[in-house]
Amino acid sequence: MNPLLKVENISKYYGSRLGCKDVNFDLYPGEVLGIVGESGSGKSTLLNCLAGHQEPDTGKVVFDTRADGPKDTVTMSEPERRMLSRTDWAFVHQNPRDGLRMGVSAGGNVGERLMAVGARHYGDIRGTAVDWLDKVEIAEDRTDDRPSEFSGGMQQRLQIARNLVTGPRLIFMDEPTGGLDVSVQARLLDLLRGLVRELGLSAIVVTHDLAVVRLLADRLMVMKDGRVIETGLTDQVLDDPQHGYTQLLVSSVLQV
Amino acid sequence: MSTEYNFAYLDEQTKRMIRRALLKGVAIPGYQVPFASREMPMPYGWGTGGVQVTAACLKPDDTLKVIDQGADDTTNAVSIRKFFEKTAAVAVSEKTEESTVIQTRHRIPEQDLTEDQILVYQVPIPEPLRFLEPRETETRKMHALEEYGLMHVKLYEDIARHGRIATSYAYPVKVEGRYVMDPSPIPKFDNPKMEMAALQLFGAGREQRIYAVPPYTKVVSLDFEDHPFEKGGAPQACGLCDAHDAYLDEVIMDDAGTRMFVCSDTDYCRMRREAGHIGEMGVPLAEDAA
Ligand SMILES: Nc1ncnc2c1ncn2[C@@H]1O[C@H](COP(=O)(O)OP(=O)(O)O)[C@@H](O)[C@H]1O
Ligand SMILES: [Mg+2]
Repeated sequence: MNPLLKVENISKYYGSRLGCKDVNFDLYPGEVLGIVGESGSGKSTLLNCLAGHQEPDTGKVVFDTRADGPKDTVTMSEPERRMLSRTDWAFVHQNPRDGLRMGVSAGGNVGERLMAVGARHYGDIRGTAVDWLDKVEIAEDRTDDRPSEFSGGMQQRLQIARNLVTGPRLIFMDEPTGGLDVSVQARLLDLLRGLVRELGLSAIVVTHDLAVVRLLADRLMVMKDGRVIETGLTDQVLDDPQHGYTQLLVSSVLQV
Repeated sequence: MSTEYNFAYLDEQTKRMIRRALLKGVAIPGYQVPFASREMPMPYGWGTGGVQVTAACLKPDDTLKVIDQGADDTTNAVSIRKFFEKTAAVAVSEKTEESTVIQTRHRIPEQDLTEDQILVYQVPIPEPLRFLEPRETETRKMHALEEYGLMHVKLYEDIARHGRIATSYAYPVKVEGRYVMDPSPIPKFDNPKMEMAALQLFGAGREQRIYAVPPYTKVVSLDFEDHPFEKGGAPQACGLCDAHDAYLDEVIMDDAGTRMFVCSDTDYCRMRREAGHIGEMGVPLAEDAA
């Protein structure tokens, strides 16, 4: 089996400041990779380089495209990359404002990607939007409401529906439960886990919250100061951390 | 002609700059060409973009017509017409068929235009995507990459809220299968007329954009399969000239609130009445003049 995503030597600097350095990994279809580390360790920088939101200084991000097989998304043309990011990729931002159109109804938010790839039948678009809102537990009678009228948890679920409606194969998430109440977090994580399994999605989840990756991730990458310092199966890394920093990270969680 | 002004007010270099933008616009139908808009002796919102385009197109032997909401006698139309009478000494007319350049705000004349005519539109907001995407860097990219899904999101929202596409002015169009364009705030009733024999030029002064639709270019109003574009129009006929196919304005006649629907295109209405058509509330032309 080909990896869905093959990441080679990704580095990114902000001037002289290190964002992330020499990151390598493969992600296989259906696999969920967690990236953990404290604030400032380079998780978001890495994720943005992988998703095409930022251009890395070095390295390749090879994605197994449906049409042409493995292709480096760093060097592919911008139209092609933008097309990928609204069809085969999904991106869930920590702040729903970055991932939603706040002035557009929930149905319009979900329908946008369909219209972007050529859907031109209002009834069909709306029907699909309502189905997806239902899948993320947003009632049909909220279809015409704007996200600004939604709670934080609902906004996050709407972001997920808006992203998954075109049937992507890879979903990037940056602190998807950040800023939510603990009980709301749990519900969102359950939903995410269900969707990822049901749809056979591959996912890369960035978080500083080890509870999130314990629930969602098959494998873990631990980052510190822009570099990956430990990788392994989630249970292995969390139950028997090898690196001193990971041991600190895990124990500080246990103390909470 | 007053000698204090260069022909049509603008200096030759500025007119050349505008003509280059116009040529580029004609070469890429519907594409917004940036241009260095000049200060004009009238406020923005009074059609400074259209005025600059007209100035760059006018020749001494042209006949100019200026309309606002279809009428030649509104303040805005009168002042622009006077401006060019003074600065270019061109012939002016209210008759659509005898004009070679027609500057307009909010309407397309009812009469079919010909290959010998130029229609110049005054445009307040040239960017049709701005409603949902305020970032100019992003909208330019969307045009460049032909990413127009957002335009349909706007129409989707209309239907979700009103049960139908409620946009009735500045109804977005796709030009020659490529660029999505704002037709300026004309009623959607006029959209089908945009596939015409005349050259159409659009000027946005404050926004510093020029765009164009060359003669016989394909202009398609955006819609959904299950909510097709409809141009709409009044169910009644013009009270003065009995036209059934014209865009009508509602006019309050007296203090008792008597209403009447009349052609917004005053020249078209006059022409029909001269040809003997009389509406329900109309009188023969001779009596009207008496
Ligand atoms: N836009 C930026 N400009 C300059 N430095 C940045 C920028 N974004 C992030 N950084 C720096 O890069 C490093 C990694 O940041 P980031 O990727 O946001 O980490 P994380 O998501 O793990 O908190 C930090 O030192 C941060 O200050
Ligand atoms: Mg971050």
